[in-house]
Amino acid sequence: MSRRVGSEVHLGLAPSRVTRWAILIVVAAVFAIPLLSLLVFSFSAGLGGGYTLDHWTGLFDPENARPYRTLFQAIGNSFLLAVVTVAIVLVLLLPTMLLVHMSFPRLRRVLEFICIIPITVPAIVLVVGLAPVYSIVVQVLGGSIWTLAFAYGILVLPYAYRAIQANLDGVPVVTLSEAARSLGASWPVVLWRVLLPNLRRGVLAAAFITVAVVLGEFTIASLLNRRNLQTALLQISTSDGYVAAILSLLSLAFAFVLLLIIGRLGSVGNRSTP
Amino acid sequence: MTTLALPTRKPARTRRGWALLGLTPFAVYVLLFLAIPTVLAVGTGFFTEDGAVTLANLAGVVEPAVLATFGSSFWVSAVTAVIGAVIGGLVCYAMLGTRASGALRTIVDSATSVLAQFGGVMLAFAFIASIGGQGLVTVWLIDTLGVNIYENGVWLYQVPGLLPVYVYFQVPLMIITFLPALEGLKPQWAEANATLGGTRFTYWMRIAGPVLAPSFIASLLLLFANAFSSYATAAALISQGSQIVPLQIRSALISETVLGRENMAGALALGMIVVMVAVMWGYSVLAARTSRWQR
Repeated sequence: MSRRVGSEVHLGLAPSRVTRWAILIVVAAVFAIPLLSLLVFSFSAGLGGGYTLDHWTGLFDPENARPYRTLFQAIGNSFLLAVVTVAIVLVLLLPTMLLVHMSFPRLRRVLEFICIIPITVPAIVLVVGLAPVYSIVVQVLGGSIWTLAFAYGILVLPYAYRAIQANLDGVPVVTLSEAARSLGASWPVVLWRVLLPNLRRGVLAAAFITVAVVLGEFTIASLLNRRNLQTALLQISTSDGYVAAILSLLSLAFAFVLLLIIGRLGSVGNRSTP
Repeated sequence: MTTLALPTRKPARTRRGWALLGLTPFAVYVLLFLAIPTVLAVGTGFFTEDGAVTLANLAGVVEPAVLATFGSSFWVSAVTAVIGAVIGGLVCYAMLGTRASGALRTIVDSATSVLAQFGGVMLAFAFIASIGGQGLVTVWLIDTLGVNIYENGVWLYQVPGLLPVYVYFQVPLMIITFLPALEGLKPQWAEANATLGGTRFTYWMRIAGPVLAPSFIASLLLLFANAFSSYATAAALISQGSQIVPLQIRSALISETVLGRENMAGALALGMIVVMVAVMWGYSVLAARTSRWQR
């Protein structure tokens, strides 16, 4: 299944080296401007001009630990939510998609329709109806922050679905599983050793997007009065813009590195497969 | 082989029963956290606070002021979707032929995921720092080129200010959604084209173009929907007022009792959903077209 790139280049499918880098460098440079501005702002000394490290050192100063404690707590909340939401995608969505793809092809359109609904019904609309639902959830499961992941699992459905489905469409799942079955593989073996390795890119992409969506989620947390990273950031930006800038940069960088690591793990596995 | 092939009928049927059962957890989840909230949210538009059925909220949606809000939402979404799709498509093209496990791809994958859906409030901060009143770029433009981008007043905290910020998360989303389609182009097609004497131009015009068109337009529609329903960035940039539909819903939610139109938010939500359903219907038709050749 591994594609050799060399043949494609000669056949004129890929852009030339110059074209590729010209496009990538120009776009990357333009996209770097806002983030670099945020970085410069986090070092600026205020109205008098000049630059200082005070805003950065102040954030990690143990003396300031108390005022920033709720902020750090909010960051923890967001990461907990990201983990639980990825689990929801892997445990609820992925098996359902595989089942539908293999056993109930007629339900494919239904599943796709369901998974697209959260785009058609945006978070700002959903949150109005989620409020009464969550008043019951709190009674049943308690008011812990992780329950918000149920709502987030819905929010990421379109993106997770698209990522997995794009991969699923490119892989002859039925043929592969029939071949494996005819060679005596049990269903768990088919799933684990035949299907999942072929769907690795899609599943990883789904996890990427899920983490990114959850860490950036503002609408539902804000209107259901839950404290996550984004609501805490907007709150503190009115009183301390520098801290908001620093934490924005740090969390963007952290998410980037996190996704980078996941991506590297995926590609290392890729390379070891013949 | 034969022993494996023999027990077909009965186990197959029971397995099908089990398989159906396997669909229930997802079904229950979607019912509880998607179906019920949606019905509750949209349904409130048809009721007064006391529970009586009314059409007054819906009538409020077609008032000129509210319709103008829909207009703003519409053009912001359309403009940013087109710009995002074109730039994002170009980046996808530039990425073509790079190794899927290469460092470049991994970096682009991560960066696009972060920017497309992680942004929200923080992108608003970044744009205030760059093109806000005292922003780095704003000040630099005045100092070096003598150009004041805010000569006619600060537009960043109004509807036009949403354009650059929205494009900033539309482009990465385009890369995420369109790159898999571009990668789905089979090398054999390029080989066949070359064998039959086709040029690079005929390949893109006759093979790749027609094959990619549905997924490109599908991605475009997804971008439109993304901008149309985006709330966090706008809420962080525009702290007051209701210039686009999501902000109008916010206002309706916050001040619903003051306005005397208690469930206006529900009616606005319904109006929004009508637009979204039309767009997403187009999307699903095109997506179905795309999957035809991918099979």
